[in-house]
Parts: sequence; structure tokens; C-alpha cells
Amino acid sequence: METIFALSTAQGKAGIAVIRVSGPDVSVAAKAIFGDLPPPRIASRRFLVDANGARLDEAIIIYFPEGASFTGESVLEFQTHGSQAVASALLSRLGMLPGFRAAEPGEFTRRALVNGRLDLTQVEALGDLLESETEAQRLQSMRVFSGELAETAAAWRERLVRALALLNVVIDFSDEEIPGNVYPDLREALASVRSSLEAQISGYAIAERIRAGFEVAIVGAPNVGKSTLLNALAGREAAITSEFAGTTRDVIEVRMDLGGLPVTFLDTAGLRETDDVVESIGIARGRARAQAADLRVFLRDGELDFSDLVQADDIILRAKADIGKPSDDGISGLTGLGVDALIRRIGSILGERAQGGGLAIRARHEAAMRRGEEALVAALAVLDEDLSCPDVVCEEVQAAVRALDCLVGRIDVETVLDEIFATFCLGK
Amino acid sequence: MGGETALVTLSRASIGVMSCNPAIGGLGKGHLVREIDALDGVMGRVADRAGIQFRLLNRSKGPAVQGPRAQADRKIYLTEMQRMLAQTEHLTIIEGEAADFRMDGSKVTGIVFACGRELAARSVILTTGTFLRGVIHIGDVSRPGGRMGDPPSLRLAERIDSFALPLGRLKTGTPPRLNGKTINWSLLQEQPPDEDPVMFSFMSSHPSVRQVSCGITHTNSRTHDIIRDNLSRSAMYGGHIEGIGPRYCPSIEDKVVRFGEKTSHQIFLEPESLSDSVIYPNGISTSLPPDVQEAYVRSIVGLERAEILQPGYAIEYDYVDPRALDARLAVREVPGLFLAGQINGTTGYEEAAAQGLVAGLNAALYARDEEPALFNRTDSYIGVMVDDLTTRGVTEPYRMFTSRAEFRLSLRADNADQRLTPRGIELGCVGPERQRIFDSKMDRLNSARNRLETARYTPRDLSGVGISVAQDGTRRNGMQVLAFPDVQVESLIPLDADYRNIDPETAAQLKRDATYASYIARQARDVEMLRRDEGVAIPPGFDYEQIAGLSNELKAKLSKARPETIARAARIDGMTPAALALILVCLRRSERTRSA
Repeated sequence: METIFALSTAQGKAGIAVIRVSGPDVSVAAKAIFGDLPPPRIASRRFLVDANGARLDEAIIIYFPEGASFTGESVLEFQTHGSQAVASALLSRLGMLPGFRAAEPGEFTRRALVNGRLDLTQVEALGDLLESETEAQRLQSMRVFSGELAETAAAWRERLVRALALLNVVIDFSDEEIPGNVYPDLREALASVRSSLEAQISGYAIAERIRAGFEVAIVGAPNVGKSTLLNALAGREAAITSEFAGTTRDVIEVRMDLGGLPVTFLDTAGLRETDDVVESIGIARGRARAQAADLRVFLRDGELDFSDLVQADDIILRAKADIGKPSDDGISGLTGLGVDALIRRIGSILGERAQGGGLAIRARHEAAMRRGEEALVAALAVLDEDLSCPDVVCEEVQAAVRALDCLVGRIDVETVLDEIFATFCLGK
Repeated sequence: MGGETALVTLSRASIGVMSCNPAIGGLGKGHLVREIDALDGVMGRVADRAGIQFRLLNRSKGPAVQGPRAQADRKIYLTEMQRMLAQTEHLTIIEGEAADFRMDGSKVTGIVFACGRELAARSVILTTGTFLRGVIHIGDVSRPGGRMGDPPSLRLAERIDSFALPLGRLKTGTPPRLNGKTINWSLLQEQPPDEDPVMFSFMSSHPSVRQVSCGITHTNSRTHDIIRDNLSRSAMYGGHIEGIGPRYCPSIEDKVVRFGEKTSHQIFLEPESLSDSVIYPNGISTSLPPDVQEAYVRSIVGLERAEILQPGYAIEYDYVDPRALDARLAVREVPGLFLAGQINGTTGYEEAAAQGLVAGLNAALYARDEEPALFNRTDSYIGVMVDDLTTRGVTEPYRMFTSRAEFRLSLRADNADQRLTPRGIELGCVGPERQRIFDSKMDRLNSARNRLETARYTPRDLSGVGISVAQDGTRRNGMQVLAFPDVQVESLIPLDADYRNIDPETAAQLKRDATYASYIARQARDVEMLRRDEGVAIPPGFDYEQIAGLSNELKAKLSKARPETIARAARIDGMTPAALALILVCLRRSERTRSA
């Protein structure tokens, strides 16, 4: 087995850089670069030297022995100064050692999987955790990373397998005395798993939002102050604002962390009738994006235009509140009047929706759960209609079990692995 | 297939003896008989000749789970079996005790008789039944024996020990046999034969002998008291038996102890023959002493004066852990040796016969240096059984159930011939008579199916002949219409008079196919997924010890079972998705190392 290494912090200048080494020969690296391995799990200061014995850097070293590390192998972490030159000098020194090579993308995680430190759903969740930018994203991936999805799927599977056993008693022991009527128990088991699956499936849309971000569109007539509001929200000049109507031809996006939720604000093109071909394309695009967004903030100056786009929970505000008489629903991007209140209001609406997030955090999870749920719906329909078809009910329940098996990688594991490792990058 | 074959037995007269209950088939087992028949094995035809009560189990449930079963006349079964064997070409029956193997290094090259004579053979199939270190127990009395009246095979057992195969011990039991003339039938419930008997063989059409009823009676709390009071005298509960018995066919002692809250158990009184009055009371197998057997039997309604002709007994025997076999049922470490039947940990005539077929086909192919004939979980119950045995092993005597087959809706008793007869023709084990019958059946089926599939009916057409259908403007073909629950081929005759020419058997087959068509389409996708996993081979020498994340228990199981593919590994008891992923990742790593 080769010993692998990689820069585990981001490329570029920073306070420190962490270089991780994993494999059987970490003590070789220690000897060559700074001396004996330090005591396990204790941060130790060491001077690093290059191949000629010249000082390379001064660093903190942590040694994790085999069986008690992320990968399950012996791991050595170098915390060096965060200079690109130091990192590349250390990496090239490691590369000179016999049996050492640079890690492939995802290889540390792959080794953690091989050594039984993580299961498949945990690996997926780890991917999300590493990508997480906001608190909601962190919480969501942490739940799955702690093994909750795998455990929940195992519990569903157990109930379904028990239901299959009941059905098969009816089929395979029909000539013998069967204890009581098994159908009520059976129905209960199938219905309860079905409703749990349904809840998780409906939670997926939310989980996906938490992963990819909620979209909030700012909608209003040209020159009503949408771009100014967006700039106020973002605290920077994201959209070009001007006094002339129709400046914002394309959809401008600003991504921000709103009370722990990832939110992307969209500044749609000013919506109005126009003969300008280029502008009308922008307007159509703006309408479509606004319609598809999770929430819309309408700015009106007098009458509300575009009332056809209003959906439940949407926010309607009076624009340019800095001029004219004060009111509760007024907002001004220019003075910041009402901006904090708007942020709180959006945060509370989306925060409530985010509560519905579930364990299905990947499209793969949702698809498998949906297949399982559909099979159980069919099983229940046959069960309610005709007791003489236990074979068909069984088939549907079995299909549901197979779907859950796909979810956790009991079958078709190769496809699952491909999908998972296709999304990993170096050093993780 | 033309291979010269010798059948060596202690006594020619005992070929075809039914040593357990005189019945063939049942749920799962009936499927096996149909598959054996589809490959031109004799069991189905013999059972059809001997059947004195045919019943199709689960008649009211879906066709995929219906199982043909027949009560057989022991004497007719034996006579017919012997007659069939006498007609079999290339088969020589040799009477004698096979005491040892001829060996060439680790390879088996024939057998050695007890008298010292040898018989050379390219391949040998060993079917010891319950004779391998068999011990018979009646109460606290036990003696060596393979079945009532026959000696066990001890020398052979020692030779098998020398192969260092993993062995285990199982037990099975029989009830006392009763004299039917001493039973008061007038008090008992009757279980009549089916009015419309369903045969096992695709070549049989109707029963050959008179059909009779069985009787039904029940144990009662007095019966249970007698058994409970004498448990210490039972071979099983007195601590004389160490073998493991089947959970689904428990002795009456087991039933009383394990289901203490039940005050009554059902007993079927099955006639063993039309020409004598022996009754097999199915449901009260026992290893209690004869006086206790008589006492509890006589506590049962209708059996108050019943005479016991032969006491019930339990029998313990050795079996070889079938994980030592490959999918041909050949012993991995001993080239030339195949095992079939109870020696592999199974119970039942049907399971044994199906294994005999697999081992027989492959022993012949091996002798000719040809590719093996393998069955898998997607094509047959035979494949399900072989896979279960060789990848998961057994923890109790293995019996077939429909629930063991995950592709149950497509592996039906009614289509066993369509699944397997073409394979049999290719292998050369199907005779010309069956081939002719099969071809003509397929012609009828294909032409009728073609007619139905090409016809198109509007909802108006259908409601015109009384078929209720959504008026959705969709034109449906005949098979799609046939998939509606209440529609039969007959219902379509008003639409096309030609459907009158479809014979009832073909019509029934098409109806069954139509019923399951949508499920089978989905199963096909799952089969595809399974095939993909089957396609990921694990090299024979793969080292599970190197996978750090595997538990020691799984390492041990995997090293023992040595699954050939990822799909087979997935079916090992206790296997987890995480463990599978580990194996796969390690496989890929070793592939990479090799290619690098």
C-alpha cells in the first residue's frame, strides 16, 4: 500500500496550510523531514528540513496512529505557514520518498470507506459538509454524516422485510394453520413506511434548496429601485444602477448567508411592455426566473403591477420610501429604510420552510425513495382491493425493499460508488 | 446425453422407496418438480402415474404461487420409478456397497466396493441421503442406521473425513404409521381431491388411478399433556440428539413445547397406497418411545383404537456444508466428485431430485470436458436453490419455498417448460417425444399471442362486448385487454370469432402472462441490475484479510464461501452494504495495481 499525501487546505496564501499524509510509511516521512514521530494526537512544534538538510519551515505536527484517524491508517498532519512556496516545497519533498505519491481526488475519503470509518451515505454527506457555506447546510449534512440516513433506511427495510415475512406465511404455509389474520398488521406496516418515505421525499425539495440555495426575486416596474435595493441587501455594488429605465437587461444574482440560510437574490429586468427586441428577451427571462423563485419581493410605486406573478407568502412593499410619506410597508434601498425588516421577514419565511428539510440530500436518495414509495402505494392499493393477490403485493413490497437497497448501496453498489466519487476533489 | 452411467445402490429394490411422507410437490416443491420435468427428469411423470390425490395449493391465489401437489401410492411410485429406470438407455444398475473412492492424488476416479472391486469413472456423484453416520432414535433407544432396516455408511464417512470437508449434523423425523382399518373415519373431516386435477408433467393429462380423500383430525390438550409428561423420554428432549431439525416441519414434541399456548394442532391422515391400509399421519412426527406414541395417538379423535404398524423415529445424519461446492454441485477441492441430496443439507424428494439433475448434467459435461450447465436465480427455482446452498450454506434442513425466489412472478410452475426445455434440448437431455410436444405447444402459444398482440380495440369495441374500460380513447391490444382482472380469452370471442380456436391450455397460459406482464417488465430491470452485479467477478484467490474495515466475522464467512461475484457476496448472511462497498473498492484497487 502506498502512502499518499495532499494539500488539504485551499490553494493560495493563508495563515497556515495543512498537508495530510496517510499510509503505512508516515514514520519514514517523519524521519526524513523532522525526526521521530511525536506522541499521538499531541500538537508538537518541529523544524522541517528539505532533502539537503536545509530548513524548510517551522510547523506544527500531529500524528494520528492507525485505527484512530480519519482514513483509519496512520496519518501525519503538517500545519505549515500558509505560503504557496512552503507547501509546494514540502509536497515535492514528500514525493521524493519511496512508496509515496500524491493522493488522487477523493482518495483519503475512499480509504476511510475501505477501512470502515465511513459508510456510503456518510461519504456523500461529507462531500456536502465540505461544500457547506451556511449554518443550515452544515446542520443538514451533519445529520446524514452522523449516519442518520443509513439508520433510517435500515429501520424501514426491517419493517418491510417483516411485512414480506407475513405475506409469505400466507403464501407458503397456506395448507397449514396460520395464526390469526395478518392483514391488519401488514397494512399498518406498509402504510407507516410509506408515509415516512413520503415525508422524506417532500423534504428533499427543501434539502435541495438548503444545498443549492433559496432564490428570492425582486420584482417591479423599471426604475422602481430594484437594483438599489439589491445593492443595499448585498452591501456592495452588485448590479449597475442608473437613472434610466431598462438598465438591468439580464438577471443579476447576489448570493448571501441570510441567518444561516443560503439565499440568492435575483434582480429581474424591469418588467414592462417594450418594442426593443433585446430588452423583451430580458423581460421574458426575468418573468420566468421570478416565477420559478422560492419567494418574490414586489416593489410598487403606486399600483401593484404584475399581480399575476404573486404567490403565497410573497412580500409586497412600497418603493422609494425615502421620498413621499412614511408607511409600514415602505422600503428604500437608498437610505436603508426597511431593509433590516425585509431581511428579517425573508429569513423567517424561508427559515420556516427549511424546517421541512429531510435526510434525502441527493437526487439519488430522492429517486430511490420515490421508487420505494410508489411501490408501496401500489402494494396498498392491491391489498385493499383484493386479498387473493398476495403474490402481487409481495412483488411491490419487494420492489420497495430493492429501492431501499439501492439507496444504501446494498445492490448496484458500483453505480453508487461511481456517482459518489465523481463529485470529490483532491485532498478530502 | 449419451454418457455411460452406473447407478450403484445397496439394494436395487429400494430405488423409488418413499421413506418420508408419500407425497410429491407442494409450494415451491411443485415448482421444482415442474422444472425437473421440463428438463425431462422422471419425477413428475412417475408422480402423475402414482397420484391418488391431486391438489393445487393456493388455487385461489395468483398463478405464480400455485403449487401442484399429489399424494402418491407408494407401491405404484416404486414400480413406475423402477420401470422408467429400466427403460433408460446408457444406465446400468449395480447392486453393492460403495465403500470408498478410487483416487488419483486429490482427484476422484471412480469407486471401490466393500468387496474390494473397483469401478472407474470420469466423475462420481455421491448421494448418501441420511446414511452418512446415520443414527436412528426411538425414545431413549438408538442404533446406527440410514433409514428403517438399512445399515449406515461408516467407511465412506471416514473417506469423506479425509477430504477435510466442513461437516455438520442434521435430523429429521417421521410419525408412527397407522392401520387405516383401525381408524374411525366417520368422526373425521374429509379432505377431498381437486375436481379438476392438475398434473406435474407437461406430458401428462390426467390421473392414472382412482382418486381418494385424506382425513383431517387434531391433537387436543390431553394429547399435549401426555407428550409433556414424557418429554424426558423423547430422544430429542432427553438430550440424545444433537442434530438440528427443520423449524417448518417440527416434531410434535417441538410443537407442544414451542407453541405451548396452542391446545390443538392439525393432522392430515394420508393413505399410503390404494392396495393396503397404511396411513401416514402428517403432523405428528416424533422420537418418543413406542408406548408413549401409542398413548398420545389414542388420545386423538378418530384414533382411539388406532393400531401403530411402525413407530415414528428420528434420524440424525452428517451433511457437508454446501458452501464447499460450486454452482455445479462439484466439491471444489476434490475434482471429479459431485454431491446431491440430503448430503448437501436439504430435505425433501423434490430438492434432492433437482440437485441430482444439476449434478448429473454437470458430471456428464465434466466427463466430456465441456462447459458446465449452470442455473441461476433469474431462470429457475433450481438456480435459486443451488445459489442458496452454495453461497449461504444451511442452518437447518433446507426446503424450497416460493418466497426464496425473488423473481417469483416470472418463475412460475406453468412456464417451467418455456424457461427450461429449450436449455434441455440444447444440452441434449430432452427426449424427442417431449421436444415434439413442446414445439407444438409453443407454436400454438406463439400464434395465439401474435394474434392478440396485433389486434387493436377501442374502448367502444370493448364496452360493446361488456368489458368495462375507461373511455380514454386509447386503443389497446389483445394482451393488454387480457390483463384486466375479469377478462378471459373467451370474453374476446365476440370481437373475433377466431379466438374460438385457441385451446383452453393456451388461453390459460396467455391469461397468466398478461396478468403479470407489467410486473415482469419491471422485474426485467431489476434482473438487469442483478446481472450487472453478477458481472463483477471476485478473483478466486481474493484476500479478504487485507480489507481492514471488514469485521472478523464477515472475513471468515467470505473466506469460507468465496463468492464468485459481488451479487453472490451480497447474498451471504450478515452482509452489509458498507461491507460490499469495501470489497468493491478493494477489487478496483487490485485491478488498478495489476494494470499499472
